[in-house]
Amino acid sequence: MGVIYVGPKDDYGYNQAHAEAAKALKAMSGVEVTEEERVPETNAVEKTMESMINLDGATLLLPTSFGYYNPYLLSEAKKNPKIQFRHCGGLWTDKDPKNAGSYFGYIAQGQYLNGITAAYASKSKKIGFVAAKPIPQVLNNINAFLLGAQSVDPNITCQVIFTGEWSLAVKEAEATNALIDGGADVVTCHVDSPKVVVETAARRGAFVCGYHVDQSPLAPQKYLTGAEWNWLPIYKSFAEAMLAGKVPEHFVRGGLSDGYVKMSPYGPGVSDAARKNADAVKAEMLKGGFQIIKGPLKDNAGKEILPSGKAYAEKAVELESTNYLVSGVKGSV
Amino acid sequence: MSDGLGIWTVLLAVVGGAIRVSTPFLFVSLGETITERSGRINLGLEGTLVFGAMSAYATAVMSGSPWAGVAVAGLAGGAFGLLHGYVCQLPRVNDVAIGIALMLFGSGLAFFLGKPFIQPSAPPLPAIPFGFWSDLPQVQAALRVNVLFLVGAALSVFLWWAFRNTKAGLIVRVAGDSADAARAMGYDVDRIRLYATGAGGVLAGIGGAYLSLYYPGSWNEGISSGQGLMAVALVIFARWNPLACFGAALLFGGAGALGPALQSVGVSQGYYLYYAAPYVLTLALLILTSSPNRALAGAPGELSLSK
Amino acid sequence: MVADAAPSQLAAAPSRAPVGLQIRAWLARRAESIAIPVAAALAGFALFGLFLACLGKSPFQLIDIVYRGGFGSSFALGNSLQRAAPLLFAALCVALPARLGLVVIGGEGAIILGGIAAAAAAQPLASLPAALAIPLMACAAAVVGAVWIGAVGWLQAYRGVNATISSLLLSYIAIAISNHLIEGPLRDPTSLNKPSTLPIGDAFMLSPMPWIGVHWGLGCGVVACIVAYVLMDRTTLGFAARIAGGNVRAAQIQGLPVGRLIVGFTALGGAFAALAGFFEVVAVQGTANGTLAAGYGYTGILVAFLGRQNPLAIVPVAVLLGGIEASSGLIQRRMQLPDATVLVFEGLLFLVVLLSETLYGRFKIFSPHLWAEKRETASASAVSVAA
Repeated sequence: MGVIYVGPKDDYGYNQAHAEAAKALKAMSGVEVTEEERVPETNAVEKTMESMINLDGATLLLPTSFGYYNPYLLSEAKKNPKIQFRHCGGLWTDKDPKNAGSYFGYIAQGQYLNGITAAYASKSKKIGFVAAKPIPQVLNNINAFLLGAQSVDPNITCQVIFTGEWSLAVKEAEATNALIDGGADVVTCHVDSPKVVVETAARRGAFVCGYHVDQSPLAPQKYLTGAEWNWLPIYKSFAEAMLAGKVPEHFVRGGLSDGYVKMSPYGPGVSDAARKNADAVKAEMLKGGFQIIKGPLKDNAGKEILPSGKAYAEKAVELESTNYLVSGVKGSV
Repeated sequence: MSDGLGIWTVLLAVVGGAIRVSTPFLFVSLGETITERSGRINLGLEGTLVFGAMSAYATAVMSGSPWAGVAVAGLAGGAFGLLHGYVCQLPRVNDVAIGIALMLFGSGLAFFLGKPFIQPSAPPLPAIPFGFWSDLPQVQAALRVNVLFLVGAALSVFLWWAFRNTKAGLIVRVAGDSADAARAMGYDVDRIRLYATGAGGVLAGIGGAYLSLYYPGSWNEGISSGQGLMAVALVIFARWNPLACFGAALLFGGAGALGPALQSVGVSQGYYLYYAAPYVLTLALLILTSSPNRALAGAPGELSLSK
Repeated sequence: MVADAAPSQLAAAPSRAPVGLQIRAWLARRAESIAIPVAAALAGFALFGLFLACLGKSPFQLIDIVYRGGFGSSFALGNSLQRAAPLLFAALCVALPARLGLVVIGGEGAIILGGIAAAAAAQPLASLPAALAIPLMACAAAVVGAVWIGAVGWLQAYRGVNATISSLLLSYIAIAISNHLIEGPLRDPTSLNKPSTLPIGDAFMLSPMPWIGVHWGLGCGVVACIVAYVLMDRTTLGFAARIAGGNVRAAQIQGLPVGRLIVGFTALGGAFAALAGFFEVVAVQGTANGTLAAGYGYTGILVAFLGRQNPLAIVPVAVLLGGIEASSGLIQRRMQLPDATVLVFEGLLFLVVLLSETLYGRFKIFSPHLWAEKRETASASAVSVAA
């Protein structure tokens, strides 16, 4: 099987989360893993896929970046009907080729738990979020982070700053500083490599929640907890299906309850009360069907998102097209 | 924090940002000023900056001393500079092209060797808290000034003075303005340029050390985002004047802080356009201060870029 | 620039010599300009092989991989050519202004804005037949690119603003504008997690070129290089540009319109660069989005300098670069080396190739004078024998 990354494998972030799972798979007998990193979202990725198929004999391809899907993965899937393609991102629909598919994790649940610990740690009742781009994935995370915090204290607000790029170290550091200057005392992020945000926040004395992978060694005192990916169960199930001669599932999505998302261990800044609350919610999530977005809920421009009594559970398709920030988030899409 | 602080927050962020972000621009542009004053252009300082960042971080991780990191970054940068300087003295070799190749080579080598150092944490460079008089944490944070920033500021004054008043400064300028004149005076132009490019590399390497050891203060492959290239361009903006380099770097750093700061006080529409502020501002100033009749004042006559 | 001195001498020598000798001299020069870069490229390979050997990897495997990954099969060659296509246009954006002595490093901005212009133009043109709409989209892209880089030339010629810095600044500004447009006014509301403009529609998409299977950007790019070569080396305009690039004062004294030449050549370069963005939209993506900023503009600078600003030399250099990038995947997968390896490789290779320029004229065997003189003395002695 071939795994394709958009950035360097060891970015201490998004790509590393995938690479760790791929590395673990190499130990499985009968599975051969071939990897290529820093493949841009241009037609270069088509050639990488073809090369993995033709030269390496890959039968299952896992392109892990969002932008690989349309048109590149779709055209390759049509060209190579015998090869299975599974794309990370949840874009596949049953109109697309049958040898393609999607997988993704509900990491917003992790951000919700991050928010809970943040609410207990925050004294200023302001928390901050460094975001890359205003796309549904990111907006869901911002909303979940604040809603988690508001489940503890409804008065908490969250300031968001968009950096505009997935990886831009200086701007991420500037954004973190601007958030803390604005009074935020707990910060999290959604960028490709959270390292800069974690270190900058900790140096300024703010608490920080991680993302993608466990960054606690970077700020042992200030790291509360973090939302991490765990792709191994998905990759393993794909590999096992392929080995058994079956077609891997087309559409795999799940959160904490499926084991696709996990939390970093709590840091010393997490109080007992926070720990208890977060653990209780986590137990709730592990049962499945947890609702983060539930009515009555307004966005930060005052428009109603959901009326009372309605909710989007973790698998709701509406979450794939989020285009709002919930009330209490300072920032605009 | 009350919203009344809004405008002050932005101003403070711009001042703080200018101090935090400007240092790499300052070091690289000072280094390039020395090089260009001698009559050569080294576009490869982006690669030197990235390699400096990596080598400084790696050294600091392994030795535990950030200053050792700065020293190694300076040495490595100097080696890149000397390489450029040596190669470009060969006849027919184009200094701009070699610079671009070195940019690729420097960043590539830094990424290649830097893989194992992405995860570990390195000890950061110390800063001096000039904001001790204020109770506001924002002011304290903005006025935490890194030692290298002060070194850079002092260096720009020193270089400005030295270009005018020392023999070495004069020789470099003569070599840059007219190689024939320098030769007639009995100086080895190639050797002058070799040393000038080497010195430029040392400063660019130190600028890289600031990136990885102070702000943003970590090593990853996205650390530079083109600061080295931009700093080379700022030299033209600063008209080869070290003091103006200091101003240009501050201006550029401060304008870069504008985007995030505005978002933090609620101005969040069209942030991409605010992010373009440093570039728009520089271009506007450049157009305003240029004149078609007066060819770039202060430009070294031998420079291929300004001919 | 560098090439000026030698050809003028050469032009003088063969004009006195008979045709046969002219051809000999020409051949000797050509042989030199092929043998030296090839030898340098081999030396670059050898150096990188040494680097690999130090890491405990086999340098011979590298040769095998670059051959198989970049050139050894029709798939590999197609891969290389596909990567070369946008570089052809991007390099022209450097090479054309270079004739006038301008170092333009901001082609990236024209590529991105060209792509956006093409995608944006597709909407009002939607009712037209593709045969009409696609050329109009190309025009839209070319005009935007021409204005963008032409402005660089204008600023240089009439305001005295250095082209290197203004083009770099403008390329950052272009990226900001395009991000703003793609995620704001021009965004297709259904493009959720990858903000893009509205798709141009399948009817407006170009199919690949026959046989090669690479998109038309390659064919048009080669044509563009040939057109640029003819313009620069075979027309009065190109000759005038070269004079202006060599010595502005002399050109002004001759009455050449230096300002207009600068604006014209930079605008043409910008138009070419924008076509790279146009093809990215109509032949690859079908929509304009952030991927347009793939760095082709910056790689193009390298291609142009390696090709010594000669539009014809750009073609093989771009293909070589495409081949190396194409084999980058195999270097990662077969040799278990990180992605940065190929950057080190390219850096070393280009350093050596650029360095080799110093060797021109150092080898007597390539000297046209030697060939011409030898013959002359030979024929002179023949004459004396006859006498």
